[in-house]
Amino acid sequence: MRILREFGQFIKMAGGMFHKPENPKMYWKQFMLQCNDIGIGSLGIICIISVFIGAVSTLQTAYQLVSPIIPKSTIAQIVRDTVILEFAPTLSCIVLCGVVGSKIASELGNMRVSEQIDALEIMGINTKGYLVLPKILAGLVTIPLLIMLAMVLGIWGGRLAGTAAGIIDPTIFDTGLAMQFKAYNVYFALIKSVVFSFIITAVPAFYGYNVKGGALEIGHSSTRAVVVSCVLLLLADYILSALLL
Amino acid sequence: MIEIKNLKKSFEDKAVLKGVDVVFDDGKCNLIIGSSGSGKTVLMKCMVGLIKPTSGNVLYDGEDFINLNEKEQKAIREKLGMLFQGGALFDSQTVEQNVMFPLDMFTTDKYAKKKERVKQVLDRVQLKEEAYRKFPSEISGGMQKRVALARAIVLNPKYLFCDEPNSGLDPQTSLVIDKLIQEITKEYDITTIINTHDMNSVMEIGDHITYMHQGEKEWEGNNKEIILSENQKLNDFIFASEFLKDAKRMRTIQETGEIPKDMPTGVKDAIEEKLNLDLDGDGHIGQPPGNDPPSKE
Repeated sequence: MRILREFGQFIKMAGGMFHKPENPKMYWKQFMLQCNDIGIGSLGIICIISVFIGAVSTLQTAYQLVSPIIPKSTIAQIVRDTVILEFAPTLSCIVLCGVVGSKIASELGNMRVSEQIDALEIMGINTKGYLVLPKILAGLVTIPLLIMLAMVLGIWGGRLAGTAAGIIDPTIFDTGLAMQFKAYNVYFALIKSVVFSFIITAVPAFYGYNVKGGALEIGHSSTRAVVVSCVLLLLADYILSALLL
Repeated sequence: MIEIKNLKKSFEDKAVLKGVDVVFDDGKCNLIIGSSGSGKTVLMKCMVGLIKPTSGNVLYDGEDFINLNEKEQKAIREKLGMLFQGGALFDSQTVEQNVMFPLDMFTTDKYAKKKERVKQVLDRVQLKEEAYRKFPSEISGGMQKRVALARAIVLNPKYLFCDEPNSGLDPQTSLVIDKLIQEITKEYDITTIINTHDMNSVMEIGDHITYMHQGEKEWEGNNKEIILSENQKLNDFIFASEFLKDAKRMRTIQETGEIPKDMPTGVKDAIEEKLNLDLDGDGHIGQPPGNDPPSKE
Protein backbone atom coordinates (compact mmCIF):
# COMPACT_ATOMS: atom_id res chain seq x y z
CA MET A 1 0.00 0.00 0.00
CA ARG A 2 2.82 2.34 0.96
CA ILE A 3 4.64 1.57 -2.31
CA LEU A 4 1.53 2.47 -4.31
CA ARG A 5 1.01 5.68 -2.35
CA GLU A 6 4.63 6.71 -2.81
CA PHE A 7 4.49 5.85 -6.50
CA GLY A 8 1.38 8.02 -6.87
CA GLN A 9 3.08 10.89 -5.04
CA PHE A 10 6.14 10.47 -7.24
CA ILE A 11 4.06 10.69 -10.44
CA LYS A 12 2.34 13.78 -9.05
CA MET A 13 5.70 15.39 -8.27
CA ALA A 14 7.04 14.48 -11.72
CA GLY A 15 3.98 16.03 -13.34
CA GLY A 16 4.45 19.22 -11.32
CA MET A 17 8.01 19.70 -12.62
CA PHE A 18 6.97 20.62 -16.14
CA HIS A 19 5.92 24.26 -16.02
CA LYS A 20 7.05 27.32 -17.89
CA PRO A 21 10.14 28.54 -16.00
CA GLU A 22 9.81 31.91 -14.27
CA ASN A 23 13.23 32.89 -15.60
CA PRO A 24 14.95 30.40 -17.98
CA LYS A 25 18.38 31.92 -17.23
CA MET A 26 18.07 31.04 -13.55
CA TYR A 27 16.96 27.50 -14.40
CA TRP A 28 19.95 27.12 -16.75
CA LYS A 29 22.26 28.37 -14.00
CA GLN A 30 20.77 25.84 -11.60
CA PHE A 31 21.19 23.05 -14.20
CA MET A 32 24.88 23.93 -14.71
CA LEU A 33 25.40 24.04 -10.95
CA GLN A 34 23.94 20.55 -10.64
CA CYS A 35 26.05 19.27 -13.57
CA ASN A 36 29.08 20.49 -11.66
CA ASP A 37 27.90 18.96 -8.37
CA ILE A 38 26.91 15.57 -9.80
CA GLY A 39 29.42 15.26 -12.64
CA ILE A 40 32.61 16.92 -11.46
CA GLY A 41 31.82 16.11 -7.82
CA SER A 42 31.72 12.36 -8.54
CA LEU A 43 34.67 12.27 -10.93
CA GLY A 44 37.26 11.32 -8.31
CA ILE A 45 35.40 8.36 -6.83
CA ILE A 46 34.43 7.04 -10.28
CA CYS A 47 38.08 7.17 -11.46
CA ILE A 48 39.32 5.33 -8.37
CA ILE A 49 36.73 2.54 -8.38
CA SER A 50 36.93 2.00 -12.16
CA VAL A 51 40.69 1.51 -12.19
CA PHE A 52 40.54 -0.90 -9.27
CA ILE A 53 37.58 -2.85 -10.67
CA GLY A 54 39.45 -3.34 -13.97
CA ALA A 55 42.64 -4.31 -12.16
CA VAL A 56 40.91 -6.85 -9.92
CA SER A 57 38.99 -8.28 -12.90
CA THR A 58 42.23 -8.97 -14.74
CA LEU A 59 43.88 -10.62 -11.76
CA GLN A 60 40.86 -12.80 -10.92
CA THR A 61 40.23 -13.81 -14.55
CA ALA A 62 43.90 -14.78 -14.96
CA TYR A 63 43.68 -16.78 -11.72
CA GLN A 64 40.74 -18.79 -13.05
CA LEU A 65 42.03 -19.31 -16.61
CA VAL A 66 44.73 -21.82 -15.90
CA SER A 67 44.27 -24.02 -19.00
CA PRO A 68 47.18 -23.85 -21.46
CA ILE A 69 44.80 -24.24 -24.44
CA ILE A 70 43.03 -20.91 -23.67
CA PRO A 71 44.99 -18.01 -25.15
CA LYS A 72 46.04 -15.16 -22.82
CA SER A 73 44.17 -12.67 -25.00
CA THR A 74 40.93 -14.19 -23.65
CA ILE A 75 41.67 -12.43 -20.35
CA ALA A 76 41.44 -9.06 -22.10
CA GLN A 77 38.18 -10.08 -23.82
CA ILE A 78 36.60 -11.12 -20.54
CA VAL A 79 37.78 -7.99 -18.72
CA ARG A 80 36.50 -5.80 -21.57
CA ASP A 81 33.04 -7.35 -21.65
CA THR A 82 32.51 -7.56 -17.89
CA VAL A 83 33.66 -3.98 -17.41
CA ILE A 84 31.51 -2.63 -20.26
CA LEU A 85 28.43 -4.73 -19.60
CA GLU A 86 28.27 -4.79 -15.83
CA PHE A 87 31.04 -3.33 -13.72
CA ALA A 88 31.22 0.16 -15.23
CA PRO A 89 27.49 0.90 -15.41
CA THR A 90 26.08 -1.07 -12.48
CA LEU A 91 28.80 -0.95 -9.86
CA SER A 92 29.61 2.71 -10.55
CA CYS A 93 25.93 3.61 -10.35
CA ILE A 94 25.51 1.77 -7.05
CA VAL A 95 28.37 3.86 -5.68
CA LEU A 96 26.73 6.97 -7.15
CA CYS A 97 23.47 6.03 -5.39
CA GLY A 98 25.32 6.56 -2.13
CA VAL A 99 27.37 9.60 -3.15
CA VAL A 100 24.87 11.55 -5.25
CA GLY A 101 21.64 10.11 -3.86
CA SER A 102 22.31 10.87 -0.22
CA LYS A 103 23.51 14.38 -1.13
CA ILE A 104 20.35 15.15 -3.10
CA ALA A 105 18.03 13.72 -0.42
CA SER A 106 19.72 15.53 2.46
CA GLU A 107 20.04 18.82 0.56
CA LEU A 108 16.36 18.92 -0.37
CA GLY A 109 15.34 17.55 3.03
CA ASN A 110 17.24 20.32 4.78
CA MET A 111 15.69 22.91 2.48
CA ARG A 112 12.23 21.54 3.29
CA VAL A 113 12.75 21.42 7.06
CA SER A 114 14.33 24.90 7.25
CA GLU A 115 11.42 26.34 5.19
CA GLN A 116 13.66 27.31 2.26
CA ILE A 117 11.33 25.46 -0.13
CA ASP A 118 8.34 27.29 1.41
CA ALA A 119 10.19 30.59 0.91
CA LEU A 120 10.63 29.78 -2.80
CA GLU A 121 6.97 28.74 -3.10
CA ILE A 122 5.82 32.01 -1.59
CA MET A 123 7.95 33.94 -4.08
CA GLY A 124 5.85 32.21 -6.77
CA ILE A 125 8.56 29.80 -7.93
CA ASN A 126 7.66 26.26 -9.04
CA THR A 127 10.00 24.48 -6.62
CA LYS A 128 9.65 21.07 -8.27
CA GLY A 129 10.72 22.58 -11.55
CA TYR A 130 13.48 24.73 -10.08
CA LEU A 131 14.96 22.32 -7.53
CA VAL A 132 14.16 18.78 -8.73
CA LEU A 133 14.13 18.92 -12.54
CA PRO A 134 17.66 20.40 -12.96
CA LYS A 135 19.03 17.62 -10.72
CA ILE A 136 17.41 14.89 -12.83
CA LEU A 137 18.50 16.49 -16.12
CA ALA A 138 22.03 17.03 -14.84
CA GLY A 139 22.15 13.35 -13.83
CA LEU A 140 20.90 12.24 -17.25
CA VAL A 141 23.65 14.28 -18.92
CA THR A 142 26.63 13.70 -16.64
CA ILE A 143 26.21 10.13 -15.33
CA PRO A 144 26.36 8.44 -18.79
CA LEU A 145 29.54 10.47 -19.42
CA LEU A 146 30.96 9.23 -16.13
CA ILE A 147 30.06 5.66 -17.10
CA MET A 148 31.88 6.01 -20.43
CA LEU A 149 34.90 7.25 -18.55
CA ALA A 150 34.54 4.33 -16.11
CA MET A 151 34.59 1.87 -19.04
CA VAL A 152 37.82 3.32 -20.42
CA LEU A 153 39.51 3.57 -17.03
CA GLY A 154 38.35 0.05 -16.02
CA ILE A 155 39.90 -1.51 -19.10
CA TRP A 156 43.03 0.61 -18.69
CA GLY A 157 43.27 -0.45 -15.04
CA GLY A 158 43.00 -4.09 -16.11
CA ARG A 159 45.76 -3.64 -18.68
CA LEU A 160 47.94 -1.87 -16.12
CA ALA A 161 47.46 -4.57 -13.48
CA GLY A 162 48.00 -7.38 -15.96
CA THR A 163 51.24 -5.84 -17.15
CA ALA A 164 52.48 -4.90 -13.69
CA ALA A 165 51.83 -8.41 -12.33
CA GLY A 166 53.48 -10.01 -15.37
CA ILE A 167 50.27 -11.93 -16.20
CA ILE A 168 49.77 -10.65 -19.73
CA ASP A 169 51.84 -8.76 -22.24
CA PRO A 170 50.33 -5.32 -23.16
CA THR A 171 50.38 -6.19 -26.88
CA ILE A 172 48.47 -9.43 -26.28
CA PHE A 173 46.01 -7.53 -24.05
CA ASP A 174 45.42 -4.97 -26.83
CA THR A 175 44.91 -7.75 -29.37
CA GLY A 176 42.40 -9.41 -27.05
CA LEU A 177 40.51 -6.13 -26.63
CA ALA A 178 39.90 -5.86 -30.37
CA MET A 179 38.80 -9.48 -30.79
CA GLN A 180 35.04 -10.13 -31.23
CA PHE A 181 34.20 -6.64 -30.06
CA LYS A 182 30.47 -5.88 -30.19
CA ALA A 183 29.58 -2.18 -30.30
CA TYR A 184 26.08 -3.15 -29.13
CA ASN A 185 27.52 -3.86 -25.66
CA VAL A 186 28.51 -0.21 -25.36
CA TYR A 187 25.05 0.95 -26.49
CA PHE A 188 23.49 -1.42 -23.98
CA ALA A 189 25.68 -0.05 -21.21
CA LEU A 190 24.73 3.50 -22.17
CA ILE A 191 21.01 2.66 -22.19
CA LYS A 192 21.47 1.18 -18.70
CA SER A 193 23.35 4.27 -17.52
CA VAL A 194 20.54 6.59 -18.68
CA VAL A 195 17.91 4.53 -16.80
CA PHE A 196 20.17 4.33 -13.72
CA SER A 197 20.81 8.10 -13.86
CA PHE A 198 17.10 8.74 -13.61
CA ILE A 199 16.80 6.38 -10.61
CA ILE A 200 19.88 7.85 -8.88
CA THR A 201 18.54 11.42 -9.06
CA ALA A 202 14.75 11.16 -9.10
CA VAL A 203 14.26 8.75 -6.18
CA PRO A 204 16.40 10.70 -3.64
CA ALA A 205 14.88 13.97 -4.89
CA PHE A 206 11.42 12.56 -4.16
CA TYR A 207 12.34 11.46 -0.63
CA GLY A 208 14.21 14.69 0.13
CA TYR A 209 11.50 16.96 -1.24
CA ASN A 210 8.78 15.27 0.82
CA VAL A 211 10.57 15.17 4.19
CA LYS A 212 8.36 16.06 7.15
CA GLY A 213 9.83 16.71 10.59
CA GLY A 214 13.39 17.57 11.59
CA ALA A 215 17.00 16.48 11.44
CA LEU A 216 16.17 12.87 12.33
CA GLU A 217 13.73 12.57 9.43
CA ILE A 218 16.32 14.03 7.02
CA GLY A 219 18.66 11.17 8.01
CA HIS A 220 15.88 8.60 7.61
CA SER A 221 14.85 9.92 4.22
CA SER A 222 18.45 9.96 3.06
CA THR A 223 18.96 6.33 4.07
CA ARG A 224 15.65 5.27 2.57
CA ALA A 225 16.47 7.11 -0.66
CA VAL A 226 19.76 5.24 -1.03
CA VAL A 227 18.24 1.84 -0.18
CA VAL A 228 15.24 2.23 -2.50
CA SER A 229 17.33 3.57 -5.39
CA CYS A 230 19.86 0.70 -5.02
CA VAL A 231 17.07 -1.90 -5.09
CA LEU A 232 15.37 -0.23 -8.06
CA LEU A 233 18.71 -0.01 -9.83
CA LEU A 234 19.36 -3.75 -9.46
CA LEU A 235 15.79 -4.51 -10.55
CA ALA A 236 16.19 -2.28 -13.61
CA ASP A 237 19.54 -3.97 -14.36
CA TYR A 238 17.85 -7.37 -14.42
CA ILE A 239 14.88 -6.20 -16.52
CA LEU A 240 17.09 -4.41 -19.07
CA SER A 241 19.41 -7.41 -19.36
CA ALA A 242 16.46 -9.74 -19.88
CA LEU A 243 14.91 -7.45 -22.50
CA LEU A 244 17.91 -6.20 -24.42
CA LEU A 245 20.51 -8.97 -24.39
CA MET B 1 -6.67 44.63 2.40
CA ILE B 2 -6.91 40.93 3.19
CA GLU B 3 -10.25 39.47 4.16
CA ILE B 4 -10.61 36.02 5.67
CA LYS B 5 -14.09 34.52 5.47
CA ASN B 6 -15.19 31.47 7.45
CA LEU B 7 -11.82 29.75 7.02
CA LYS B 8 -11.73 26.13 8.18
CA LYS B 9 -8.92 23.63 8.18
CA SER B 10 -8.86 20.09 9.52
CA PHE B 11 -6.01 17.61 9.60
CA GLU B 12 -7.70 14.21 9.38
CA ASP B 13 -10.23 14.40 12.24
CA LYS B 14 -8.66 17.33 14.07
CA ALA B 15 -10.19 20.73 13.33
CA VAL B 16 -7.40 23.31 13.62
CA LEU B 17 -9.30 26.30 12.23
CA LYS B 18 -13.01 26.38 13.03
CA GLY B 19 -14.36 29.14 10.80
CA VAL B 20 -12.19 32.24 11.17
CA ASP B 21 -13.43 35.64 9.95
CA VAL B 22 -11.03 38.55 10.08
CA VAL B 23 -10.02 41.62 8.06
CA PHE B 24 -6.43 42.89 7.85
CA ASP B 25 -6.16 46.54 6.86
CA ASP B 26 -3.60 48.26 4.62
CA GLY B 27 -0.72 50.19 6.15
CA LYS B 28 -1.15 48.56 9.54
CA CYS B 29 0.74 46.01 11.60
CA ASN B 30 -1.86 43.29 12.01
CA LEU B 31 -0.89 40.86 14.74
CA ILE B 32 -2.22 37.35 15.21
CA ILE B 33 -1.60 36.22 18.76
CA GLY B 34 -2.43 33.11 20.70
CA SER B 35 -0.84 30.30 22.62
CA SER B 36 0.93 27.41 20.91
CA GLY B 37 -1.52 25.18 19.04
CA SER B 38 -4.16 27.91 18.73
CA GLY B 39 -4.01 27.74 14.91
CA LYS B 40 -2.24 31.01 14.13
CA THR B 41 0.54 29.44 12.02
CA VAL B 42 -1.97 27.29 10.11
CA LEU B 43 -4.04 30.44 9.51
CA MET B 44 -1.00 32.24 8.08
CA LYS B 45 0.02 29.25 5.95
CA CYS B 46 -3.54 29.05 4.55
CA MET B 47 -3.36 32.75 3.71
CA VAL B 48 -0.14 32.44 1.72
CA GLY B 49 -1.19 29.19 0.06
CA LEU B 50 1.27 26.81 1.72
CA ILE B 51 -1.68 24.87 3.17
CA LYS B 52 -4.96 24.39 1.35
CA PRO B 53 -7.89 25.17 3.67
CA THR B 54 -10.79 22.74 3.99
CA SER B 55 -13.23 25.55 3.22
CA GLY B 56 -13.58 29.33 3.33
CA ASN B 57 -12.11 32.26 1.44
CA VAL B 58 -8.97 34.39 1.53
CA LEU B 59 -9.57 37.63 -0.38
CA TYR B 60 -6.63 39.79 -1.47
CA ASP B 61 -8.21 43.13 -2.42
CA GLY B 62 -11.38 41.26 -3.32
CA GLU B 63 -9.71 38.43 -5.28
CA ASP B 64 -10.35 34.99 -3.78
CA PHE B 65 -6.87 33.44 -3.59
CA ILE B 66 -8.14 29.93 -2.81
CA ASN B 67 -10.32 29.64 -5.90
CA LEU B 68 -7.92 31.22 -8.38
CA ASN B 69 -6.12 29.09 -10.94
CA GLU B 70 -2.39 28.44 -10.57
CA LYS B 71 -1.35 31.30 -12.87
CA GLU B 72 -3.54 33.82 -11.05
CA GLN B 73 -2.30 32.56 -7.67
CA LYS B 74 1.26 33.05 -8.90
CA ALA B 75 0.44 36.67 -9.80
CA ILE B 76 -0.74 37.29 -6.21
CA ARG B 77 2.24 35.44 -4.74
CA GLU B 78 4.56 37.84 -6.52
CA LYS B 79 3.02 40.59 -4.35
CA LEU B 80 3.77 38.69 -1.13
CA GLY B 81 6.85 38.84 1.04
CA MET B 82 7.37 36.53 3.96
CA LEU B 83 9.72 36.53 6.89
CA PHE B 84 9.99 32.99 8.24
CA GLN B 85 10.51 32.01 11.86
CA GLY B 86 13.99 30.61 11.15
CA GLY B 87 14.81 33.14 8.43
CA ALA B 88 14.75 30.44 5.67
CA LEU B 89 17.83 31.93 4.04
CA PHE B 90 19.48 29.85 1.32
CA ASP B 91 22.50 28.20 2.97
CA SER B 92 24.56 28.01 -0.22
CA GLN B 93 24.25 31.74 -0.98
CA THR B 94 25.84 34.78 0.63
CA VAL B 95 23.77 37.51 2.28
CA GLU B 96 23.94 39.61 -0.88
CA GLN B 97 23.00 36.68 -3.15
CA ASN B 98 20.08 35.79 -0.88
CA VAL B 99 18.61 39.28 -1.16
CA MET B 100 19.37 39.46 -4.88
CA PHE B 101 17.68 36.12 -5.60
CA PRO B 102 14.10 37.47 -6.07
CA LEU B 103 15.48 40.25 -8.30
CA ASP B 104 17.41 37.71 -10.40
CA MET B 105 14.32 35.54 -10.73
CA PHE B 106 11.67 38.14 -11.42
CA THR B 107 13.33 41.18 -12.96
CA THR B 108 15.35 41.82 -16.09
CA ASP B 109 17.33 44.66 -14.50
CA LYS B 110 21.06 45.04 -15.10
CA TYR B 111 23.41 43.70 -12.41
CA ALA B 112 24.43 47.22 -11.26
CA LYS B 113 20.81 48.22 -10.71
CA LYS B 114 20.05 45.04 -8.80
CA LYS B 115 23.14 45.53 -6.66
CA GLU B 116 22.06 49.07 -5.87
CA ARG B 117 18.60 47.88 -4.82
CA VAL B 118 20.14 45.15 -2.64
CA LYS B 119 22.36 47.73 -0.94
CA GLN B 120 19.35 49.98 -0.42
CA VAL B 121 17.28 47.32 1.37
CA LEU B 122 20.23 45.98 3.36
CA ASP B 123 20.96 49.55 4.49
CA ARG B 124 17.29 49.88 5.37
CA VAL B 125 17.52 46.91 7.73
CA GLN B 126 20.74 48.38 9.16
CA LEU B 127 23.09 45.69 7.92
CA LYS B 128 26.69 46.73 7.44
CA GLU B 129 28.54 46.12 4.17
CA GLU B 130 31.08 43.74 5.72
CA ALA B 131 28.26 41.21 6.21
CA TYR B 132 27.29 41.19 2.51
CA ARG B 133 29.71 38.44 1.53
CA LYS B 134 29.09 36.25 4.54
CA PHE B 135 27.01 33.07 4.46
CA PRO B 136 23.92 32.75 6.69
CA SER B 137 25.77 30.35 9.01
CA GLU B 138 28.41 33.03 9.63
CA ILE B 139 26.03 35.71 10.94
CA SER B 140 23.97 36.03 14.13
CA GLY B 141 20.27 35.13 14.48
CA GLY B 142 19.27 38.80 14.57
CA MET B 143 21.25 39.53 11.42
CA GLN B 144 19.69 36.52 9.71
CA LYS B 145 16.23 37.89 10.52
CA ARG B 146 17.23 41.29 9.10
CA VAL B 147 18.56 39.68 5.89
CA ALA B 148 15.33 37.66 5.60
CA LEU B 149 13.34 40.86 6.08
CA ALA B 150 15.43 42.58 3.39
CA ARG B 151 14.79 39.66 1.02
CA ALA B 152 11.06 39.82 1.80
CA ILE B 153 10.81 43.52 0.90
CA VAL B 154 13.28 43.69 -1.99
CA LEU B 155 10.52 43.39 -4.61
CA ASN B 156 8.33 46.00 -2.86
CA PRO B 157 5.60 43.56 -1.77
CA LYS B 158 2.06 44.68 -1.13
CA TYR B 159 1.59 42.19 1.69
CA LEU B 160 4.22 41.24 4.24
CA PHE B 161 3.84 38.13 6.39
CA CYS B 162 6.06 37.58 9.42
CA ASP B 163 5.95 34.27 11.27
CA GLU B 164 7.20 34.76 14.83
CA PRO B 165 9.85 37.33 13.85
CA ASN B 166 11.25 37.51 17.38
CA SER B 167 11.63 33.85 18.18
CA GLY B 168 15.09 33.05 19.46
CA LEU B 169 16.13 36.70 19.73
CA ASP B 170 17.07 38.71 22.81
CA PRO B 171 14.61 41.47 23.90
CA GLN B 172 16.79 44.28 22.52
CA THR B 173 17.18 42.70 19.07
CA SER B 174 13.48 41.82 19.10
CA LEU B 175 12.68 45.47 19.63
CA VAL B 176 14.90 46.45 16.68
CA ILE B 177 13.14 43.90 14.42
CA ASP B 178 9.70 45.09 15.62
CA LYS B 179 10.56 48.72 14.94
CA LEU B 180 11.92 47.84 11.50
CA ILE B 181 8.76 45.96 10.57
CA GLN B 182 6.62 48.84 11.83
CA GLU B 183 8.63 51.47 9.94
CA ILE B 184 8.66 49.45 6.73
CA THR B 185 4.90 48.91 6.98
CA LYS B 186 4.29 52.67 7.19
CA GLU B 187 6.99 53.57 4.67
CA TYR B 188 5.79 51.23 1.90
CA ASP B 189 2.13 51.35 2.95
CA ILE B 190 1.89 47.57 2.98
CA THR B 191 -0.43 45.18 4.77
CA THR B 192 1.66 43.42 7.39
CA ILE B 193 0.49 40.32 9.19
CA ILE B 194 2.59 39.13 12.11
CA ASN B 195 2.25 35.86 14.00
CA THR B 196 3.59 36.27 17.48
CA HIS B 197 3.21 35.44 21.13
CA ASP B 198 5.70 38.08 22.21
CA MET B 199 3.74 40.59 24.33
CA ASN B 200 6.45 43.22 23.88
CA SER B 201 5.68 43.18 20.16
CA VAL B 202 1.95 43.29 20.81
CA MET B 203 2.26 46.41 22.94
CA GLU B 204 4.83 48.08 20.65
CA ILE B 205 3.44 47.59 17.17
CA GLY B 206 -0.05 46.08 17.46
CA ASP B 207 -2.22 48.38 15.33
CA HIS B 208 -4.73 45.57 14.96
CA ILE B 209 -4.62 42.45 17.09
CA THR B 210 -6.48 39.17 16.53
CA TYR B 211 -6.42 36.74 19.42
CA MET B 212 -6.80 33.09 18.41
CA HIS B 213 -7.94 30.43 20.87
CA GLN B 214 -8.37 26.77 19.91
CA GLY B 215 -8.83 27.50 16.22
CA GLU B 216 -11.28 30.37 16.66
CA LYS B 217 -11.00 34.13 16.69
CA GLU B 218 -11.61 34.96 20.33
CA TRP B 219 -11.01 38.72 20.36
CA GLU B 220 -9.82 41.59 18.19
CA GLY B 221 -8.79 45.15 18.91
CA ASN B 222 -5.64 47.25 19.22
CA ASN B 223 -2.76 47.53 21.69
CA LYS B 224 -4.59 50.13 23.80
CA GLU B 225 -7.77 48.11 24.10
CA ILE B 226 -6.07 44.79 24.86
CA ILE B 227 -5.08 45.76 28.42
CA LEU B 228 -8.60 46.85 29.26
CA SER B 229 -10.29 43.83 27.68
CA GLU B 230 -12.75 41.88 29.82
CA ASN B 231 -12.24 38.68 27.82
CA GLN B 232 -11.10 36.11 30.38
CA LYS B 233 -9.25 33.85 27.92
CA LEU B 234 -7.38 36.82 26.49
CA ASN B 235 -6.57 38.10 29.97
CA ASP B 236 -5.22 34.68 30.97
CA PHE B 237 -3.01 34.73 27.88
CA ILE B 238 -1.67 38.28 28.03
CA PHE B 239 -1.25 38.55 31.79
CA ALA B 240 0.91 35.43 31.82
CA SER B 241 3.57 37.80 30.50
CA GLU B 242 5.72 39.10 33.36
CA PHE B 243 5.81 42.73 32.29
CA LEU B 244 2.06 42.79 31.68
CA LYS B 245 1.47 41.46 35.18
CA ASP B 246 2.61 44.92 36.34
CA ALA B 247 0.08 46.51 34.00
CA LYS B 248 -2.61 44.30 35.49
CA ARG B 249 -1.56 45.26 39.02
CA MET B 250 -1.65 48.93 38.04
CA ARG B 251 -5.14 48.37 36.69
CA THR B 252 -6.18 46.80 40.03
CA ILE B 253 -4.72 49.78 41.93
CA GLN B 254 -6.55 52.17 39.62
CA GLU B 255 -9.88 50.35 39.88
CA THR B 256 -9.91 49.37 43.59
CA GLY B 257 -7.39 51.73 45.19
CA GLU B 258 -5.87 48.67 46.85
CA ILE B 259 -2.44 47.26 46.26
CA PRO B 260 -2.47 43.65 44.93
CA LYS B 261 -1.10 41.04 47.32
CA ASP B 262 1.20 39.52 44.68
CA MET B 263 2.97 42.86 44.04
CA PRO B 264 6.70 42.47 44.74
CA THR B 265 7.61 44.65 47.80
CA GLY B 266 10.26 46.64 45.92
CA VAL B 267 7.85 47.51 43.12
CA LYS B 268 5.08 48.37 45.61
CA ASP B 269 7.38 50.75 47.56
CA ALA B 270 8.57 52.39 44.33
CA ILE B 271 4.95 52.99 43.24
CA GLU B 272 4.05 54.40 46.66
CA GLU B 273 6.96 56.83 46.46
CA LYS B 274 6.09 57.81 42.92
CA LEU B 275 2.39 58.40 43.73
CA ASN B 276 3.16 59.70 47.25
CA LEU B 277 0.46 57.40 48.67
CA ASP B 278 0.40 54.75 51.37
CA LEU B 279 -1.17 52.02 49.26
CA ASP B 280 -0.56 49.03 51.54
CA GLY B 281 -1.75 50.81 54.71
CA ASP B 282 1.45 50.15 56.68
CA GLY B 283 1.62 53.80 57.78
CA HIS B 284 4.59 54.57 55.51
CA ILE B 285 5.05 55.85 52.01
CA GLY B 286 7.61 53.62 50.38
CA GLN B 287 10.03 51.50 52.37
CA PRO B 288 9.28 51.42 56.16
CA PRO B 289 12.12 52.77 58.40
CA GLY B 290 14.50 50.07 59.62
CA ASN B 291 14.18 48.09 56.42
CA ASP B 292 17.19 49.75 54.86
CA PRO B 293 19.60 47.33 53.26
CA PRO B 294 22.58 46.55 55.56
CA SER B 295 25.54 48.82 54.96
CA LYS B 296 28.71 47.28 53.52
CA GLU B 297 30.69 48.55 56.47
